[in-house]
Amino acid sequence: MAFPTTGNLINHEIALSHVTIQPAWVRITHWINALAAVLMVMSGWQVYDASPIFPALRFPAAITLGSWLGGALLWHFAVMWLLVTNFLVYVGLNLASGRLRRKLLPLSFKSLTTDLVAALRGKLGHEDLSHYNAIQKLAYLVVIVDIALLVLSGLAVWKSVQFPLLRTLMGGYDNARVVHFIAMSVLVAFFFVHVAMVALVPRSLLLMIRGR
Amino acid sequence: MTFRKRPVKLDTFLSSHAESIIKDARKELKDPARRLLGRRILTLGGIALLSGCDLSNGKSVNTMLRKMSFFNDDVQALLFNPKEMAPTYPESMITRPFPFNAFYGIDDVPEVDAATYQLQVSGLANGKRVWTLDELRALPQKSQITRHICIEGWSAIGRWGGVRFSEFMKRAGMDMTAKYVSLHCADNYWTSIDMPTALHAQTLLTLTYDGAVLPPKYGFPMKLRMPTKLGYKNPKHIVAISVTNDYPGGYWENQGYNWFGGS
Repeated sequence: MAFPTTGNLINHEIALSHVTIQPAWVRITHWINALAAVLMVMSGWQVYDASPIFPALRFPAAITLGSWLGGALLWHFAVMWLLVTNFLVYVGLNLASGRLRRKLLPLSFKSLTTDLVAALRGKLGHEDLSHYNAIQKLAYLVVIVDIALLVLSGLAVWKSVQFPLLRTLMGGYDNARVVHFIAMSVLVAFFFVHVAMVALVPRSLLLMIRGR
Repeated sequence: MTFRKRPVKLDTFLSSHAESIIKDARKELKDPARRLLGRRILTLGGIALLSGCDLSNGKSVNTMLRKMSFFNDDVQALLFNPKEMAPTYPESMITRPFPFNAFYGIDDVPEVDAATYQLQVSGLANGKRVWTLDELRALPQKSQITRHICIEGWSAIGRWGGVRFSEFMKRAGMDMTAKYVSLHCADNYWTSIDMPTALHAQTLLTLTYDGAVLPPKYGFPMKLRMPTKLGYKNPKHIVAISVTNDYPGGYWENQGYNWFGGS
């Protein structure tokens, strides 16, 4: 990759601003995924409220979508197609273009501990947004696997009779709901950390909109 | 890599980007097609804001959601494997007490008189049209312990016994090539199912629960039990069964629950 590693930072900035770091397909699938994930989580919370797994935990109506169980399920089972199709396109293009291998891998335990220590000391830099640090790599890989798990556990809840292998893998119908809930919690946790990081490094938002 | 250098000053960063953003925008606006697209997007946004239409109550959004639900009916019909059996469980796993669930409270459970009860068969059927409880009890009986899954998410395991529905359909001369079987109940509930599910080996016209006569709270005198479908597709207190090719809908389905409701 052709970017200066020494010299004036402003030049470095300008050089970067002419190189597309996030290709259009990454930006488009990112924002479709963001929309789909928010709609899925909010409608999912409304569905959850109809029969809470943990009686003490209910989601307030203000942050749910669908206004009642039937409405929420209409949303959930419509937007799931958007989420899954977009996710398959995203993962497929990541594999086909080599972006997954190039940007998200390799991920070593050593680099992870080094970057974690640097982050905790507040010394993890974000000048070069074309390159992910180890913590970012881990976060993005985890969220990809987590969405796959959300889809599979969701399928096991939706079609527990038709997909016996999936049902068994999830530990039965009731347990599939728990897996679905935990995977949702991981996604929501990622969302908040992700948005907080964007607030700290606003340039990354620009990057995900314009590509550079 | 050595990118951990002096932090970039925000104002230089913004000004350098601002320039290139404006340059990009000017370039885009030179293209008349792009300009038109931009104007259309802005206009659409403006209309959406003016009409105060928000995502959850827009009429067109509801239409779209209903269409997706019908699309999901078709997908579920494709996914439905008539040979796939719902899991069965040992007696020790039966949920006790099995939960009562209806669109009304337990005090409003209908009282059906066994002596005067008649099951009416109508529509595309050329056999016996009226069945008494004793005639149904005289048919070959089966029993199975399966999981009842409610659309709300909870599930419970119970044991139901009765006549295999495909056996009853044969005896009533029902047209098994028709599309739908619709079911009407003594509590004015109604629902309808697809033919492949009606013919599924585990679909039972149940007359007993856990070895005893089906109690009123579980649907006396008769409940159609389908472990391949969610609870609201398993009607209780059935008084009329009709075979038809016209989409019959249902009590909950007409309010928004998915029609196929398969598990």
